[in-house]
Amino acid sequence: MSTLEIKDLHVSIETEQGNKEILKGVSLVIKTGETHAIMGPNGSGKSTLASTIAGHPRYTVTSGSITLDGADVLEMSVDERARAGMFLAMQYPVEVPGVSMTNFLRTAKTAIDGVAPKLRTWTKDVKTAMEALKIDAEFASRNVNEGFSGGEKKRVEILQLELFKPKFAILDETDSGLDVDALKVVSEGVNRAQEQNEMGTLLITHYTRILRYIKPDFVHVFVDGKIAEQGGAELADRLEEEGYDRFLNVPA
Amino acid sequence: MTDTATHLTGEKARIGAPSISGFTEEGENLSPLNAAEVSSPIGGDAVKAHSHGGGAGIPDSSRAGRKTSYNVEDFPVLTGREEDFRFTPLKRMGGLHKNELTGVAPALTVEGANVSTLETVAMTDARVGSAGIPEDRISANAWKHAAEAKIVTIPANSTGEQVTLTYTGTSLEAAASHMVVIAEANSESVVVIDHVGSAVLAQNIEFDIRQGAKLTVISLQAWAEEAIHASSHLAKVGKDAHLKHIAVTYGGNLVRMTPSAHFDGEGGEVELFGLYFADAGQHLEHRLFVDHATENCKSNVLYKGALQGKDAHTVWVGDVLIRKEAKGTNSYEANRNLVLTEGARADSVPNLEIETGLIDGAGHASTTGRFDDEHLFYLMSRGIDEKTARRLVVRGFLNEIVQQIRVPEIEERLAETIERELAATDS
Repeated sequence: MSTLEIKDLHVSIETEQGNKEILKGVSLVIKTGETHAIMGPNGSGKSTLASTIAGHPRYTVTSGSITLDGADVLEMSVDERARAGMFLAMQYPVEVPGVSMTNFLRTAKTAIDGVAPKLRTWTKDVKTAMEALKIDAEFASRNVNEGFSGGEKKRVEILQLELFKPKFAILDETDSGLDVDALKVVSEGVNRAQEQNEMGTLLITHYTRILRYIKPDFVHVFVDGKIAEQGGAELADRLEEEGYDRFLNVPA
Repeated sequence: MTDTATHLTGEKARIGAPSISGFTEEGENLSPLNAAEVSSPIGGDAVKAHSHGGGAGIPDSSRAGRKTSYNVEDFPVLTGREEDFRFTPLKRMGGLHKNELTGVAPALTVEGANVSTLETVAMTDARVGSAGIPEDRISANAWKHAAEAKIVTIPANSTGEQVTLTYTGTSLEAAASHMVVIAEANSESVVVIDHVGSAVLAQNIEFDIRQGAKLTVISLQAWAEEAIHASSHLAKVGKDAHLKHIAVTYGGNLVRMTPSAHFDGEGGEVELFGLYFADAGQHLEHRLFVDHATENCKSNVLYKGALQGKDAHTVWVGDVLIRKEAKGTNSYEANRNLVLTEGARADSVPNLEIETGLIDGAGHASTTGRFDDEHLFYLMSRGIDEKTARRLVVRGFLNEIVQQIRVPEIEERLAETIERELAATDS
């Protein structure tokens, strides 16, 4: 079993108006096999947390720590974090010109595992995973995310999740922009990965509808860069009914 | 109120009579030479002996109106403001456009000639000029100063010939050279033209591709870093003939290539591919022209370029002209650039002129993208280290052209070159 531990994390970004603190002391412990949902209104810092864990250069950690089984994640480069077993399914996956999906998937898998996957089983694995996610076989020969629709990009993120088998997956608003059918397909992919790899999942979402398909063990409500409330799956149901107003209307 | 009304009247009066200097109804007139004198030699109505202007009534903005002539004097002295020289830094041309080109031309060696022949002849030989007429001043200047011409002949009906012609430059004195490649009827061959060493060279290469012949040309501009090269490739594509032309440019300080293809009979096909990789300070320019003047011909153009380093500059201009008589034409051209670092500049101008509606298809595309931090972050977030990520992108991008070459030694050499160029980015 592995543990991802975030302790009193403070993160800021540089804006034209100077430094702006986005995360104001976040603490969270996720173990493999657990699913944590992070919910909250827009601008509360949910995506900042996701990007910071992955190591996006735009975000500066001013204090606090992130450790993976005791190892200092903040000391690791972006690629080292991925190789250590972390995966970020991005909210807006970028298009990478000139690199075919096939080539990209194989190169990434080789980097993560340290050895090239056996060609025959790998080709089969990719094909099976694509079929399960209802991704057209033709996508394999296209460039990474190039010309994919929003929904297709999200499926391809989950395809990678299934193939790379990380210890911890951070899903940054994977549900946004998906219709009901796509949401179901994507959720099934996440559940499969969790069952097969005993993965820990940090599910970041604005809406509760994805939680009908992916059952969280814990729900954390993010407000203004901090966790305002924590609970079990029942907290999500309450948010469904009440919205975030009760957190936002609390006088400062 | 009165004021406004007066103003409006003024606007109306100006319709159809643009008053902004340098602008015409067609848009910006980039060469003041064109604007100043209608009777300028590059004007459409100037037709002299040995010259083939577009004739009266064809605007200078059309490629059809571009002057062609064997005589350098027919082209006005270049100012750099001409449409076809507006991107070229003339100061760095080593005098190729204005000086006497009396330096020693790079030595030519030939390898792999089994059935083809190489002759050295005088510029007065009847075969010289059989496939093309210079389309700019540098090309005409090279024609004037070439001391001799090399003629490569691939015999009729022969197949499998693969000949490598290597130009090795040893001098930086401005020089001129001329070559004619004749692919006789129904022959099938690959001609590799390699440029290495140092030179300041203005060059014309004619390709006479006769009926039913299939010719693949791979021209490598692999010069040492101080070289200056203006290269005009003039191809005449016969009935049912096929030209596949691949330009690969990565060496030299300044390279300006102008591949130009003219169809000489029905059923011809032209594929023009290009790959260029510009480093800091390099100017690599490719201006191509496909002239559809006969029925039922096909052309396909794809050039891809990578740029890195301060003041790396690439220029790609693709002129495709489908004339009135070129019914049944099918044509496509595209240019794709990948800018790897800050400080590099890629200019890309596809020009498609269509004078008949009775065509099968015509299209063009141009993209210039940056390999930026977000691409890098995405690939690295999947465990791929920075160096590998960069290589992955550049190799993948250029591979589309590399795989067109189908000569293993050259593909290998290019792969190594790309590796070396990328290693320079890393450091």
